[in-house]
Amino acid sequence: MDPGSQSDPGAGKARTTVERTSERELVVTRTVDGPARIVFEAWTRPDLFRRWWVPKSFGVTLISYEADVRTGGAYRAVMGHPSSEQPMAFFGRYLEVTPPSRLVWTNEEGGDDGAVTTVTFEEKAGATRVVVHELYPSKDALDEAMASGSTSGWGEQFEQLDALIDILDTEG
Amino acid sequence: MVQFLPTRLDASFAALSDATRRGVLEQLGNGDASITELADKFHMTLTGMKKHVGVLEQAGLVTTQKVGRVRTCKLGLSRLAEETAWIDEYRRLWASRFDALDQIVEELKQRETVDGPRQSE
Repeated sequence: MDPGSQSDPGAGKARTTVERTSERELVVTRTVDGPARIVFEAWTRPDLFRRWWVPKSFGVTLISYEADVRTGGAYRAVMGHPSSEQPMAFFGRYLEVTPPSRLVWTNEEGGDDGAVTTVTFEEKAGATRVVVHELYPSKDALDEAMASGSTSGWGEQFEQLDALIDILDTEG
Repeated sequence: MVQFLPTRLDASFAALSDATRRGVLEQLGNGDASITELADKFHMTLTGMKKHVGVLEQAGLVTTQKVGRVRTCKLGLSRLAEETAWIDEYRRLWASRFDALDQIVEELKQRETVDGPRQSE
């Protein structure tokens, strides 16, 4: 597969794209087959949200989730993963809740480096284009977020470099 | 980004074809170092070391940052590849979420067909 690919054309019209649109911003898009009113409901009713936010295929379980979905309201999700003894908490506040078009929340588990997530819902011909913007406070904060999710990959890459250097040394 | 990758790979191999530059990478594997420190270590002039570091930087193998008058070098191996892999994994996460969301939206739509539209607040 093309390593630069950021979307899944195989999924047909339900295509999810992720793009780093700037040094400190990630944008996720997807079109959902349904009116904005219903899609927004699935994002803002905690009993519905908890059914889709944590995909089973990622081995993560949602231990608890509470949310007071209104401007100024708080949310808190606790997740568990087999590779970690300690569950992880994700929490923040809703900065804006405007049915059925816009949601903004903070991600405060990362301290000052946490992103602000803005989700917009645009309805067109019965389908809703969902755009998720994650804006980090700095380039370093986003770089760090990306690196922390894959720290285990670094060792492997250094090993590959070592192997490559060995080969080149032998040849030289 | 896609078109950019092969160029970056060629640059990586070109950068690794030089013994001094491979030495610099090994050195940086033990810890960050300034250009001056690297020049001393490899008994080179500052200008010579700057050129080598420039080639490594072009290849994405090293990143440098200037703080005051000191330029510090660190390993920046496959930063691009790392980021691409991360974004791809992140896309997979969101695709899974949205697939599950699709099912719920479908349920809600069917409920409305039965009960009539629900009043939004």
